[in-house]
Amino acid sequence: MSSPASAATLGHIDIDHLHIHLGEPGQSLEVVHNVSFTVAAGEFVCLLGPSGCGKSTLLGALAGHLVPSHGSIRVDGLPISGPHPERALVFQQHTLFPWKRVVDNVAFGLKMKGVARDQRQRQAHDLLNLVGLEGFENHYPAQLSGGMQQRVEIARVLINYPRVMLMDEPFGALDAQTRLMMQEHLLEVWSRIRTSIVFITHDIDEALFLADRILVMSPRPGRIIDERRLGFGRPRDGSLVTSARFIELKRHCLELLHPGGKHPAYLERLSPLGKVPANASSFSV
Amino acid sequence: MTSLQPSLSLAGSVDTGSPDLSPVVASAASGWAWARLAFQAGGLLLCVLIWHVLASHRVPLGVITFANVPPPAEVLATAWDLAQSPKLGQHLYSSLLRIFFGFGLAALFGIGLGLLIGRLRWAHDGLLPPLEVLRPIPAVAWIPLSILMFPSSEGSMIFITFIGALFPILLNTIHGVEGVSPRLIASARSLGCGRWSLFTEVIAPGAAPSIVTGLSIGMGTCWFCLVTAEMISGQFGIGYYTWESYTVQNYAAIVVGMLVIGALGMGSSALINRFGKLLMPWYQPQGGRS
Ligand SMILES: Nc1ncnc2c1ncn2[C@@H]1O[C@H](COP(=O)(O)OP(=O)(O)OP(=O)(O)O)[C@@H](O)[C@H]1O
Ligand SMILES: [Mg+2]
Repeated sequence: MSSPASAATLGHIDIDHLHIHLGEPGQSLEVVHNVSFTVAAGEFVCLLGPSGCGKSTLLGALAGHLVPSHGSIRVDGLPISGPHPERALVFQQHTLFPWKRVVDNVAFGLKMKGVARDQRQRQAHDLLNLVGLEGFENHYPAQLSGGMQQRVEIARVLINYPRVMLMDEPFGALDAQTRLMMQEHLLEVWSRIRTSIVFITHDIDEALFLADRILVMSPRPGRIIDERRLGFGRPRDGSLVTSARFIELKRHCLELLHPGGKHPAYLERLSPLGKVPANASSFSV
Repeated sequence: MTSLQPSLSLAGSVDTGSPDLSPVVASAASGWAWARLAFQAGGLLLCVLIWHVLASHRVPLGVITFANVPPPAEVLATAWDLAQSPKLGQHLYSSLLRIFFGFGLAALFGIGLGLLIGRLRWAHDGLLPPLEVLRPIPAVAWIPLSILMFPSSEGSMIFITFIGALFPILLNTIHGVEGVSPRLIASARSLGCGRWSLFTEVIAPGAAPSIVTGLSIGMGTCWFCLVTAEMISGQFGIGYYTWESYTVQNYAAIVVGMLVIGALGMGSSALINRFGKLLMPWYQPQGGRS
């Protein structure tokens, strides 16, 4: 692995008056409304918001898969013009290549860059060690548990040394205990390979535990309705979640997301980049 | 979402544990396997027996009669004679060669076009409509026109087998390509996968299970069409042999021809399945029998 916990100098994101419309022309729908924010190089930002408010849409635009209708997104000063390995995308689950062994999944980014087989396998081994999966190189993804699959996902995007990691509810499908373990693991990995992270979650605890700063979005069309620097020290551990400040922030977020304890109206579950397969568990052996 | 269940031929590297128990389990399992095999063989034997009784007593059943059906022993003798004669080799060679070219071309075009049509808007809009018009026409209905179109009967027979296998392969390929998850594609593109690598790295392997299904259905229709075409315009070939036996009233040979056709169809299907397993060691079809 390259540099230790050095401060990142790349990965500054600048989003300016962004609007995104989805759907066929003529009956398109504004999903993201006038969103502006920045992410500093090496910063960990969590994006909270009710279901259907446009979080995944915003992330899809950051990744370069969706084209905004107004406004601009710049990374390190350059406008984005499509997907790029420097902006890594991690989904909830089931986006490993089922037909590739774990090591070849991780090495995929290097294969696309034309790196020789020997070298890319070596680097993939190193990254699998980093995420704690040594010994599973030759398994197929379906032979791993959900938590292990997410570790492979993380290793697979890190091999490109991205400036930015875009994570869309990456631990959303895991059970509570595995999820906690993965959160600590992500922070540990991030302390070694520093990138900017934009992390989407429904889970207020998760956002507060991970982030330097949280952004809260309104129901559709999504706007940023609150922004808060957390100021918790690092490294973090489980005791944080019982601290008075944490609980106060959690209450604040709950109030923002469910004003008056009410749940927002149910929205049709469409998705701009495809849904998590309904037969989610059928991938496991 | 359990992990690492100690099953499946996938890896072989997953330890099953408790080695002291396995011999007992294994011998019980093999006992069952023998019992099952005996049961299956019994079913087969029973069918042959019924055939023997019906044919040797020339049972007339009104709407169906067994008066002209040769009994199993006679069929066996004829099969033995055919196996000795050089004609068998000639018939097999002709038929297999036609299958090889007809099916090979169908696989090439079916998979190639299917990948394009499933993935690219212009291919979908430009190529699918003419194919949709041709699709409902059974391959056998092409026989008269193809005899007119091809100067050699060899060409027309290969064309018929090609048409027969093309559509199952094409449609299953399209179906497979359309089933590849958009998230998987987005992930691949974000990892630096370009437009063309996407086909080889993601689309083709993602569609592979469906393509293999198409190939195996296509192989079935391929034999069906070939046998029909040979009966009409063949010189050699196992379908021709079967029909010729009818015209010269060698009834036992008809049944021999039928059995050989069945065996060839079965063998080529097994070959496709074998090929699918080799190609996709990662793939586990769902479900099973109780
Ligand atoms: N292809 C589409 N056409 C039209 N509307 C869409 C399309 N995809 C998504 N939408 C709508 O856009 C809105 C935002 O979707 P998005 O997936 O970004 O929400 P989200 O905040 O990620 O929700 P969740 O938390 O449930 O994942 C949703 O209300 C959805 O109905
Ligand atoms: Mg979402």
